[in-house]
Amino acid sequence: MSINWFKYSAPSSFYPLAGKVAPWFAFTAAILFVVGLYLSFFVAPTDYKQGEGYRIMFIHVPAAWMSMFIYIIMACWAAAGMIWRTRLSSMMASALAPTGAIFTFIALWTGALWGKPMWGTWWVWDARLTSELILLFLYIGFMALESAIDDPRRAARASGLLALVGVINVPIIYYSVQWWNTLHQGASIKMSESGGMETSMTEIMLWTLLIMTFACWFYTIAIALTRVRSIILERESNNVWVKEMLQGER
Amino acid sequence: MKARHKRMMFIVLGLAGVAVAATLVLTALQSNINHFFSPTEVVANQAPKDRTFRLGGLVEVGSVKREDDGLTVHFNVTDNAEVVAIKFTGILPDLFQEGQGVVAQGKLGTGGVFQADEVLAKHDETYMPPEVADALEKADQQKAAEAQQTSTPQEGI
Repeated sequence: MSINWFKYSAPSSFYPLAGKVAPWFAFTAAILFVVGLYLSFFVAPTDYKQGEGYRIMFIHVPAAWMSMFIYIIMACWAAAGMIWRTRLSSMMASALAPTGAIFTFIALWTGALWGKPMWGTWWVWDARLTSELILLFLYIGFMALESAIDDPRRAARASGLLALVGVINVPIIYYSVQWWNTLHQGASIKMSESGGMETSMTEIMLWTLLIMTFACWFYTIAIALTRVRSIILERESNNVWVKEMLQGER
Repeated sequence: MKARHKRMMFIVLGLAGVAVAATLVLTALQSNINHFFSPTEVVANQAPKDRTFRLGGLVEVGSVKREDDGLTVHFNVTDNAEVVAIKFTGILPDLFQEGQGVVAQGKLGTGGVFQADEVLAKHDETYMPPEVADALEKADQQKAAEAQQTSTPQEGI
């Protein structure tokens, strides 16, 4: 038995599929958030140096990871849209952009709230903070460019190009703390030389962080699928299948 | 070559070009992107002379001295190779401690003393409960004590 996956690259068949699976992702995200937040506030131990203040990490770090992951995925969709000229790909890219921008904003904002009590300042222009701010501008630029051009195909090509050029910023953000002197500390979880995972925090802290990250992932998938349904309806509103479906619902 | 292969090639080559350009720019700007100078660089006269710059390193253990006004602090910053003395008047962040990382902003004054007008704390990426930190410290002390015990007889000889 083989499933024809390409069937779902057509907006008309992806629309009902997205509608069917999105609520399940939202439901899983809600459960993971409840568990993750409970662990963050009540189970994870106090830090020896930063006290209770370090707990903001449990939203700051997942948000920062998501801001980078989502950008890469968005750029992949944009590239797919440019190579195969599939309409759905550019729709997925535009559906992901606002969520990526929100996570970038959350990372910057919680970072400022964390920086004030620990470092003594809301903001410094070091390589990590500046490159993350550039990421926010890239997301905003992507959305602005896309909405500035009326023809969806030309808009997708222009904004897709911006997304692809901007992808160079993601490794810069990630490695900024290794390549340059920064006020921001290094990564707490990294690949060791042997290929395994190394961490400089206790196991329960790590698990809390991972559960919060999975919650953010499921949230992102749910919200992107919901958003892409609106975009499909908007861009395909002149197609027969949309008219037939809307009449059928009436 | 099909049209979509051409487009794929174009994107791959374009990305490679952008990556090379970014690498060149970032390498050229290396010293501007670094947030602070290390004590070694300051001692080697690589830091600007009459301009404000930032100096980063660890607060040397046993070097913190407070003046009677309660606000002025003298301490040394080290990168475990060189040491630079700092004078600062103002409120220090809560995390400021001997052995802790700091980034100070200011100018080099007379006698090589760094006159800071802002001191920020830099913390590392290690997180653990206080009990674990205590246990680790005790283990360290025990190891140090054992090392001393084994080395004393040799000194006796």
